[in-house]
Amino acid sequence: MDAQEIIARRIARELHSGMLVNLGIGIPTQVANYLPPGVEVWFQSENGLIGTAPLALEGMAQGLLTDAAGRPVAALPGACTFDSAMSFGLIRGGHVDVTVLGALQVDQAGHLANWTIPGKLVPGMGGAMDLATGARRVIIAMQHTAKGKPKILRACDLPLTSTRPVDLVVTDMAVIGFPEGRATLLETAPGVSVEQVVAATEAQLTVPSSVPAMQL
Amino acid sequence: MECVNLEKAIGLIPDGASIMVGGFMGIGTPERLVDELVRQGKRDLTLICNDNARPGVGVGKLVSAGLLKKTISSHIGLNPETQKRMFDKQLEVELTPQGTFAERIRAGGCGLGGVLTPTGVGTLVEEGKRKLEIDGKEYLVETPLHADFALIGAFLCDYVGNLSYALTARNFNPIMAMAADTVIVEIEHIVPTGMISPDHVMTPATLVDYVVVDRPLGS
Repeated sequence: MDAQEIIARRIARELHSGMLVNLGIGIPTQVANYLPPGVEVWFQSENGLIGTAPLALEGMAQGLLTDAAGRPVAALPGACTFDSAMSFGLIRGGHVDVTVLGALQVDQAGHLANWTIPGKLVPGMGGAMDLATGARRVIIAMQHTAKGKPKILRACDLPLTSTRPVDLVVTDMAVIGFPEGRATLLETAPGVSVEQVVAATEAQLTVPSSVPAMQL
Repeated sequence: MECVNLEKAIGLIPDGASIMVGGFMGIGTPERLVDELVRQGKRDLTLICNDNARPGVGVGKLVSAGLLKKTISSHIGLNPETQKRMFDKQLEVELTPQGTFAERIRAGGCGLGGVLTPTGVGTLVEEGKRKLEIDGKEYLVETPLHADFALIGAFLCDYVGNLSYALTARNFNPIMAMAADTVIVEIEHIVPTGMISPDHVMTPATLVDYVVVDRPLGS
Protein backbone atom coordinates (compact mmCIF):
# COMPACT_ATOMS: atom_id res chain seq x y z
CA MET A 1 0.00 0.00 0.00
CA ASP A 2 1.54 3.33 -0.98
CA ALA A 3 1.74 6.38 1.25
CA GLN A 4 -1.23 8.14 -0.30
CA GLU A 5 -3.45 5.09 -0.02
CA ILE A 6 -2.60 4.66 3.69
CA ILE A 7 -3.58 8.26 4.33
CA ALA A 8 -6.76 8.16 2.27
CA ARG A 9 -7.91 4.82 3.74
CA ARG A 10 -7.36 5.98 7.32
CA ILE A 11 -9.22 9.25 6.81
CA ALA A 12 -12.13 7.47 5.12
CA ARG A 13 -12.74 5.74 8.48
CA GLU A 14 -13.47 9.14 10.03
CA LEU A 15 -16.51 9.60 7.79
CA HIS A 16 -19.99 8.48 8.81
CA SER A 17 -23.26 8.19 6.94
CA GLY A 18 -25.15 11.45 6.49
CA MET A 19 -22.12 13.73 6.83
CA LEU A 20 -21.53 16.64 4.48
CA VAL A 21 -17.87 16.41 3.47
CA ASN A 22 -15.60 18.69 1.46
CA LEU A 23 -12.42 17.17 0.03
CA GLY A 24 -9.51 19.35 -1.04
CA ILE A 25 -7.36 18.72 -4.08
CA GLY A 26 -4.64 16.03 -4.14
CA ILE A 27 -4.52 13.24 -1.53
CA PRO A 28 -7.82 14.44 0.04
CA THR A 29 -9.69 13.68 -3.20
CA GLN A 30 -8.66 10.02 -2.90
CA VAL A 31 -10.53 9.63 0.41
CA ALA A 32 -13.73 9.17 -1.61
CA ASN A 33 -12.31 5.94 -3.07
CA TYR A 34 -12.06 4.19 0.30
CA LEU A 35 -15.37 4.79 2.09
CA PRO A 36 -16.10 1.79 4.34
CA PRO A 37 -18.96 -0.45 3.12
CA GLY A 38 -22.36 0.97 4.01
CA VAL A 39 -21.11 4.49 4.67
CA GLU A 40 -22.90 7.07 2.52
CA VAL A 41 -21.86 10.70 2.77
CA TRP A 42 -22.62 13.80 0.73
CA PHE A 43 -19.61 15.37 -0.94
CA GLN A 44 -19.68 19.12 -1.50
CA SER A 45 -17.78 20.84 -4.30
CA GLU A 46 -17.35 24.46 -3.31
CA ASN A 47 -18.11 25.67 -6.83
CA GLY A 48 -21.74 24.95 -5.97
CA LEU A 49 -22.71 21.30 -5.66
CA ILE A 50 -23.77 18.80 -2.97
CA GLY A 51 -23.85 15.24 -4.26
CA THR A 52 -20.63 15.20 -6.24
CA ALA A 53 -19.76 11.77 -7.63
CA PRO A 54 -17.12 10.45 -9.98
CA LEU A 55 -18.06 10.19 -13.64
CA ALA A 56 -19.47 6.69 -13.98
CA LEU A 57 -19.46 6.38 -17.74
CA GLU A 58 -17.09 7.40 -20.50
CA GLY A 59 -18.57 10.09 -22.68
CA MET A 60 -20.83 11.52 -19.95
CA ALA A 61 -18.59 14.49 -19.18
CA GLN A 62 -20.19 17.82 -19.85
CA GLY A 63 -18.99 21.34 -19.36
CA LEU A 64 -21.61 22.57 -16.91
CA LEU A 65 -20.96 20.08 -14.11
CA THR A 66 -17.49 20.09 -12.61
CA ASP A 67 -15.77 19.84 -9.25
CA ALA A 68 -13.69 22.52 -7.56
CA ALA A 69 -10.67 21.48 -9.63
CA GLY A 70 -12.67 22.08 -12.82
CA ARG A 71 -12.86 18.38 -13.67
CA PRO A 72 -16.11 16.92 -15.04
CA VAL A 73 -18.04 15.01 -12.38
CA ALA A 74 -21.44 13.38 -11.98
CA ALA A 75 -24.18 14.33 -9.54
CA LEU A 76 -25.93 11.70 -7.42
CA PRO A 77 -29.72 11.40 -7.31
CA GLY A 78 -30.72 13.95 -4.66
CA ALA A 79 -27.87 16.30 -5.54
CA CYS A 80 -28.42 20.05 -5.48
CA THR A 81 -26.66 23.08 -6.89
CA PHE A 82 -26.36 26.61 -5.57
CA ASP A 83 -24.42 29.83 -5.99
CA SER A 84 -21.03 30.59 -4.47
CA ALA A 85 -22.34 32.75 -1.61
CA MET A 86 -24.54 29.83 -0.50
CA SER A 87 -21.67 27.39 -0.97
CA PHE A 88 -19.38 29.36 1.32
CA GLY A 89 -22.24 30.03 3.71
CA LEU A 90 -22.41 26.27 4.12
CA ILE A 91 -18.66 26.15 4.72
CA ARG A 92 -18.23 29.17 6.97
CA GLY A 93 -21.49 28.62 8.78
CA GLY A 94 -20.43 25.26 10.20
CA HIS A 95 -22.74 23.17 8.01
CA VAL A 96 -19.88 21.12 6.54
CA ASP A 97 -19.21 18.27 8.97
CA VAL A 98 -15.70 17.44 7.78
CA THR A 99 -13.19 18.98 5.43
CA VAL A 100 -10.04 17.14 4.38
CA LEU A 101 -7.22 19.42 3.28
CA GLY A 102 -3.61 19.08 2.20
CA ALA A 103 -0.85 20.93 4.09
CA LEU A 104 2.60 22.37 3.63
CA GLN A 105 3.17 22.62 7.39
CA VAL A 106 1.30 22.04 10.66
CA ASP A 107 2.57 23.30 14.01
CA GLN A 108 2.44 21.61 17.40
CA ALA A 109 -0.75 23.46 18.35
CA GLY A 110 -2.45 22.34 15.13
CA HIS A 111 -2.09 25.53 13.12
CA LEU A 112 -2.12 24.96 9.38
CA ALA A 113 -0.07 26.53 6.57
CA ASN A 114 -1.18 25.36 3.16
CA TRP A 115 -1.69 28.25 0.76
CA THR A 116 1.50 30.08 -0.12
CA ILE A 117 5.29 30.06 -0.19
CA PRO A 118 5.94 33.81 -0.44
CA GLY A 119 8.02 34.77 -3.46
CA LYS A 120 7.85 31.26 -4.91
CA LEU A 121 4.32 29.96 -4.94
CA VAL A 122 1.49 32.47 -4.83
CA PRO A 123 -1.55 30.63 -6.17
CA GLY A 124 -4.09 32.35 -3.93
CA MET A 125 -5.96 30.77 -1.06
CA GLY A 126 -9.09 29.85 -2.99
CA GLY A 127 -11.46 28.26 -0.50
CA ALA A 128 -8.80 26.97 1.92
CA MET A 129 -9.09 29.73 4.52
CA ASP A 130 -12.86 29.50 4.70
CA LEU A 131 -12.75 25.70 4.97
CA ALA A 132 -10.04 25.73 7.64
CA THR A 133 -11.92 28.39 9.61
CA GLY A 134 -15.52 27.25 9.24
CA ALA A 135 -15.83 23.48 8.80
CA ARG A 136 -16.96 21.60 11.93
CA ARG A 137 -13.95 19.29 11.75
CA VAL A 138 -10.69 19.83 9.83
CA ILE A 139 -8.60 16.77 8.92
CA ILE A 140 -5.21 17.13 7.28
CA ALA A 141 -4.00 14.59 4.74
CA MET A 142 -0.30 14.85 4.03
CA GLN A 143 3.00 13.00 3.81
CA HIS A 144 4.78 13.07 7.17
CA THR A 145 7.92 14.62 5.68
CA ALA A 146 8.84 16.49 2.48
CA LYS A 147 12.21 15.62 0.94
CA GLY A 148 13.18 14.08 4.29
CA LYS A 149 12.31 17.22 6.28
CA PRO A 150 9.56 17.23 8.91
CA LYS A 151 6.31 19.03 8.02
CA ILE A 152 4.96 18.89 11.58
CA LEU A 153 6.93 21.70 13.22
CA ARG A 154 7.25 23.60 16.48
CA ALA A 155 6.04 26.67 14.61
CA CYS A 156 5.07 27.16 10.97
CA ASP A 157 7.45 29.46 9.11
CA LEU A 158 5.02 29.74 6.19
CA PRO A 159 1.98 32.03 6.42
CA LEU A 160 -0.93 30.46 8.29
CA THR A 161 -4.19 29.53 6.64
CA SER A 162 -6.22 30.09 9.81
CA THR A 163 -5.66 30.61 13.51
CA ARG A 164 -8.26 27.92 14.19
CA PRO A 165 -6.31 24.69 14.86
CA VAL A 166 -7.00 21.56 12.83
CA ASP A 167 -8.55 18.55 14.55
CA LEU A 168 -6.57 15.64 13.15
CA VAL A 169 -3.46 15.08 11.02
CA VAL A 170 -3.18 11.80 9.13
CA THR A 171 0.14 10.99 7.47
CA ASP A 172 1.78 7.91 5.98
CA MET A 173 3.45 7.39 9.40
CA ALA A 174 0.97 8.46 12.05
CA VAL A 175 -2.31 9.91 13.23
CA ILE A 176 -1.83 13.00 15.37
CA GLY A 177 -4.47 14.87 17.33
CA PHE A 178 -4.37 18.04 19.42
CA PRO A 179 -6.09 17.42 22.78
CA GLU A 180 -5.65 20.49 25.01
CA GLY A 181 -3.77 22.19 22.18
CA ARG A 182 -0.81 19.78 22.21
CA ALA A 183 0.29 17.54 19.34
CA THR A 184 -0.35 13.99 20.53
CA LEU A 185 0.52 10.74 18.81
CA LEU A 186 -2.70 8.72 18.51
CA GLU A 187 -1.74 5.93 16.08
CA THR A 188 1.21 4.71 14.08
CA ALA A 189 1.05 3.35 10.51
CA PRO A 190 1.63 -0.39 9.98
CA GLY A 191 5.32 -1.20 10.33
CA VAL A 192 6.22 2.25 11.71
CA SER A 193 7.56 2.57 15.27
CA VAL A 194 6.85 5.36 17.73
CA GLU A 195 10.56 6.22 17.64
CA GLN A 196 10.48 6.61 13.85
CA VAL A 197 7.50 8.98 14.10
CA VAL A 198 9.17 11.06 16.81
CA ALA A 199 12.38 11.25 14.75
CA ALA A 200 10.45 12.47 11.69
CA THR A 201 8.53 15.10 13.69
CA GLU A 202 10.02 18.44 14.73
CA ALA A 203 7.06 19.39 16.92
CA GLN A 204 7.06 18.41 20.55
CA LEU A 205 4.93 15.28 20.44
CA THR A 206 3.06 13.92 23.43
CA VAL A 207 3.36 10.14 23.33
CA PRO A 208 0.92 8.12 25.46
CA SER A 209 2.21 4.92 27.10
CA SER A 210 0.39 2.82 24.54
CA VAL A 211 -0.03 3.84 20.88
CA PRO A 212 -2.22 1.58 18.73
CA ALA A 213 -1.55 0.84 15.07
CA MET A 214 -3.76 2.38 12.38
CA GLN A 215 -6.68 0.21 11.33
CA LEU A 216 -6.94 0.44 7.55
CA MET B 1 -33.83 44.35 -21.00
CA GLU B 2 -32.51 45.11 -24.47
CA CYS B 3 -31.25 42.50 -26.93
CA VAL B 4 -28.00 43.58 -28.57
CA ASN B 5 -25.28 41.98 -30.64
CA LEU B 6 -21.86 41.16 -29.25
CA GLU B 7 -20.11 44.12 -30.82
CA LYS B 8 -22.57 46.66 -29.41
CA ALA B 9 -22.67 45.01 -25.98
CA ILE B 10 -18.91 45.11 -25.50
CA GLY B 11 -18.73 48.51 -27.24
CA LEU B 12 -20.45 49.94 -24.15
CA ILE B 13 -17.39 49.19 -22.01
CA PRO B 14 -14.73 51.92 -21.96
CA ASP B 15 -11.01 51.39 -21.37
CA GLY B 16 -10.24 51.50 -17.65
CA ALA B 17 -13.60 50.04 -16.63
CA SER B 18 -14.08 47.57 -13.79
CA ILE B 19 -15.74 44.33 -14.86
CA MET B 20 -17.11 41.42 -12.89
CA VAL B 21 -17.05 38.20 -14.89
CA GLY B 22 -18.94 35.12 -13.72
CA GLY B 23 -17.41 31.67 -13.77
CA PHE B 24 -15.27 29.21 -11.87
CA MET B 25 -12.24 27.99 -13.82
CA GLY B 26 -14.09 29.11 -16.94
CA ILE B 27 -17.28 27.14 -16.15
CA GLY B 28 -20.17 29.62 -16.37
CA THR B 29 -18.01 32.34 -17.95
CA PRO B 30 -19.63 34.16 -20.91
CA GLU B 31 -16.98 33.05 -23.36
CA ARG B 32 -18.18 35.05 -26.37
CA LEU B 33 -18.28 38.30 -24.37
CA VAL B 34 -14.70 37.62 -23.27
CA ASP B 35 -13.64 36.93 -26.87
CA GLU B 36 -15.21 40.20 -27.96
CA LEU B 37 -13.36 42.13 -25.23
CA VAL B 38 -10.14 40.72 -26.70
CA ARG B 39 -11.23 41.47 -30.28
CA GLN B 40 -12.02 45.10 -29.40
CA GLY B 41 -8.74 45.36 -27.47
CA LYS B 42 -10.04 47.02 -24.30
CA ARG B 43 -7.27 48.37 -22.05
CA ASP B 44 -6.54 48.85 -18.36
CA LEU B 45 -9.48 46.81 -17.15
CA THR B 46 -9.93 45.87 -13.51
CA LEU B 47 -11.19 42.30 -13.42
CA ILE B 48 -13.25 40.94 -10.54
CA CYS B 49 -13.45 37.19 -11.09
CA ASN B 50 -12.98 34.23 -8.77
CA ASP B 51 -9.92 32.96 -10.65
CA ASN B 52 -7.93 33.60 -13.81
CA ALA B 53 -8.87 30.22 -15.38
CA ARG B 54 -6.10 28.95 -17.68
CA PRO B 55 -4.41 30.49 -20.70
CA GLY B 56 -6.86 30.27 -23.60
CA VAL B 57 -9.87 29.58 -21.35
CA GLY B 58 -12.40 32.12 -20.01
CA VAL B 59 -10.85 35.22 -18.47
CA GLY B 60 -7.42 33.66 -19.02
CA LYS B 61 -7.73 35.18 -22.50
CA LEU B 62 -7.90 38.69 -20.97
CA VAL B 63 -4.65 38.03 -19.09
CA SER B 64 -2.86 36.70 -22.18
CA ALA B 65 -4.02 39.66 -24.30
CA GLY B 66 -2.64 42.11 -21.69
CA LEU B 67 -6.01 43.83 -21.18
CA LEU B 68 -5.88 43.86 -17.39
CA LYS B 69 -4.48 46.42 -14.99
CA LYS B 70 -5.65 44.56 -11.92
CA THR B 71 -7.38 41.33 -10.95
CA ILE B 72 -9.31 40.77 -7.73
CA SER B 73 -9.57 37.00 -7.29
CA SER B 74 -9.29 34.14 -4.83
CA HIS B 75 -7.13 31.83 -6.92
CA ILE B 76 -4.70 32.43 -9.79
CA GLY B 77 -2.60 29.29 -9.39
CA LEU B 78 -3.62 27.58 -12.61
CA ASN B 79 -2.73 30.50 -14.86
CA PRO B 80 1.08 30.78 -15.15
CA GLU B 81 0.73 33.95 -17.23
CA THR B 82 -0.97 35.70 -14.31
CA GLN B 83 1.84 34.54 -12.01
CA LYS B 84 4.47 35.82 -14.41
CA ARG B 85 2.80 39.21 -14.95
CA MET B 86 2.30 39.56 -11.19
CA PHE B 87 5.98 38.87 -10.42
CA ASP B 88 6.98 41.22 -13.31
CA LYS B 89 4.70 43.91 -11.81
CA GLN B 90 2.70 44.21 -15.01
CA LEU B 91 -0.48 43.10 -13.29
CA GLU B 92 -1.73 44.03 -9.84
CA VAL B 93 -3.25 41.05 -8.01
CA GLU B 94 -5.53 41.37 -4.99
CA LEU B 95 -6.12 37.97 -3.42
CA THR B 96 -9.13 37.42 -1.21
CA PRO B 97 -10.48 34.18 0.30
CA GLN B 98 -13.19 32.73 -1.91
CA GLY B 99 -15.96 32.93 0.67
CA THR B 100 -14.98 36.50 1.47
CA PHE B 101 -14.90 37.29 -2.25
CA ALA B 102 -18.48 36.01 -2.61
CA GLU B 103 -19.68 37.98 0.41
CA ARG B 104 -17.95 41.20 -0.71
CA ILE B 105 -19.81 40.93 -4.03
CA ARG B 106 -23.06 40.12 -2.24
CA ALA B 107 -22.53 43.15 0.01
CA GLY B 108 -21.86 45.32 -3.03
CA GLY B 109 -25.08 44.18 -4.63
CA CYS B 110 -27.22 44.35 -1.52
CA GLY B 111 -26.39 47.83 -0.27
CA LEU B 112 -24.33 46.67 2.69
CA GLY B 113 -21.33 48.61 3.92
CA GLY B 114 -19.28 45.43 4.18
CA VAL B 115 -19.28 42.08 5.89
CA LEU B 116 -17.75 40.68 9.08
CA THR B 117 -15.99 37.37 8.62
CA PRO B 118 -13.77 35.21 10.83
CA THR B 119 -11.93 34.00 7.73
CA GLY B 120 -8.44 35.48 7.54
CA VAL B 121 -8.20 36.68 11.16
CA GLY B 122 -4.58 36.29 12.31
CA THR B 123 -3.29 35.67 8.76
CA LEU B 124 -1.74 37.82 6.01
CA VAL B 125 -5.29 38.56 4.86
CA GLU B 126 -5.96 40.81 7.86
CA GLU B 127 -3.21 43.30 6.93
CA GLY B 128 -4.60 46.81 6.64
CA LYS B 129 -8.10 45.76 7.68
CA ARG B 130 -10.17 46.71 10.68
CA LYS B 131 -11.09 44.03 13.21
CA LEU B 132 -14.20 43.99 15.34
CA GLU B 133 -14.93 41.85 18.36
CA ILE B 134 -18.51 40.62 18.58
CA ASP B 135 -19.51 38.50 21.58
CA GLY B 136 -15.86 37.65 22.25
CA LYS B 137 -15.00 36.56 18.72
CA GLU B 138 -12.86 38.50 16.25
CA TYR B 139 -13.98 39.34 12.73
CA LEU B 140 -12.40 41.16 9.81
CA VAL B 141 -14.29 44.04 8.23
CA GLU B 142 -14.33 43.26 4.52
CA THR B 143 -15.46 45.99 2.15
CA PRO B 144 -18.05 45.61 -0.62
CA LEU B 145 -17.13 45.00 -4.25
CA HIS B 146 -19.02 46.80 -7.00
CA ALA B 147 -18.21 47.07 -10.70
CA ASP B 148 -19.06 49.23 -13.69
CA PHE B 149 -20.12 46.17 -15.69
CA ALA B 150 -21.03 42.57 -14.92
CA LEU B 151 -20.56 40.01 -17.70
CA ILE B 152 -22.86 37.12 -16.89
CA GLY B 153 -23.18 33.65 -18.41
CA ALA B 154 -26.73 32.26 -18.11
CA PHE B 155 -28.35 29.06 -19.40
CA LEU B 156 -31.95 30.18 -19.98
CA CYS B 157 -33.40 33.65 -20.53
CA ASP B 158 -37.02 34.46 -21.27
CA TYR B 159 -38.26 37.39 -23.38
CA VAL B 160 -38.45 39.77 -20.44
CA GLY B 161 -34.93 38.87 -19.25
CA ASN B 162 -35.45 36.47 -16.34
CA LEU B 163 -32.45 34.15 -16.02
CA SER B 164 -31.70 30.69 -14.80
CA TYR B 165 -28.34 28.95 -14.65
CA ALA B 166 -27.30 25.33 -15.12
CA LEU B 167 -25.59 23.09 -12.56
CA THR B 168 -22.17 24.36 -11.43
CA ALA B 169 -22.14 27.09 -14.10
CA ARG B 170 -24.20 29.19 -11.68
CA ASN B 171 -21.37 29.93 -9.20
CA PHE B 172 -20.76 33.70 -8.99
CA ASN B 173 -23.13 34.76 -11.79
CA PRO B 174 -26.27 35.55 -9.74
CA ILE B 175 -24.45 37.60 -7.09
CA MET B 176 -22.47 39.51 -9.74
CA ALA B 177 -25.72 40.35 -11.57
CA MET B 178 -26.65 42.30 -8.41
CA ALA B 179 -23.37 44.18 -8.03
CA ALA B 180 -22.68 46.18 -11.21
CA ASP B 181 -24.05 49.38 -12.76
CA THR B 182 -24.65 47.67 -16.10
CA VAL B 183 -25.40 43.96 -16.48
CA ILE B 184 -24.64 42.25 -19.81
CA VAL B 185 -25.73 38.64 -20.16
CA GLU B 186 -24.67 36.01 -22.66
CA ILE B 187 -27.20 33.21 -22.82
CA GLU B 188 -27.30 29.66 -24.11
CA HIS B 189 -31.03 29.57 -24.89
CA ILE B 190 -33.87 32.06 -25.13
CA VAL B 191 -37.21 30.59 -24.12
CA PRO B 192 -40.83 31.83 -24.16
CA THR B 193 -41.79 33.98 -21.19
CA GLY B 194 -43.32 31.75 -18.56
CA MET B 195 -41.15 28.75 -19.37
CA ILE B 196 -38.91 29.54 -16.44
CA SER B 197 -41.32 29.14 -13.56
CA PRO B 198 -41.35 32.04 -11.08
CA ASP B 199 -39.89 29.67 -8.50
CA HIS B 200 -36.96 28.85 -10.78
CA VAL B 201 -35.93 32.36 -11.83
CA MET B 202 -32.48 32.87 -10.28
CA THR B 203 -31.86 36.41 -11.53
CA PRO B 204 -34.93 38.66 -11.93
CA ALA B 205 -35.26 40.43 -15.28
CA THR B 206 -35.21 43.84 -13.62
CA LEU B 207 -31.48 43.36 -12.95
CA VAL B 208 -30.63 42.64 -16.59
CA ASP B 209 -29.72 45.51 -18.92
CA TYR B 210 -28.49 43.79 -22.09
CA VAL B 211 -28.83 40.27 -23.43
CA VAL B 212 -26.66 38.90 -26.20
CA VAL B 213 -28.49 36.14 -28.01
CA ASP B 214 -26.82 36.02 -31.40
CA ARG B 215 -24.14 33.57 -32.24
CA PRO B 216 -22.66 32.53 -35.56
CA LEU B 217 -24.42 29.62 -37.28
CA GLY B 218 -22.87 26.31 -36.34
CA SER B 219 -21.31 27.46 -33.06
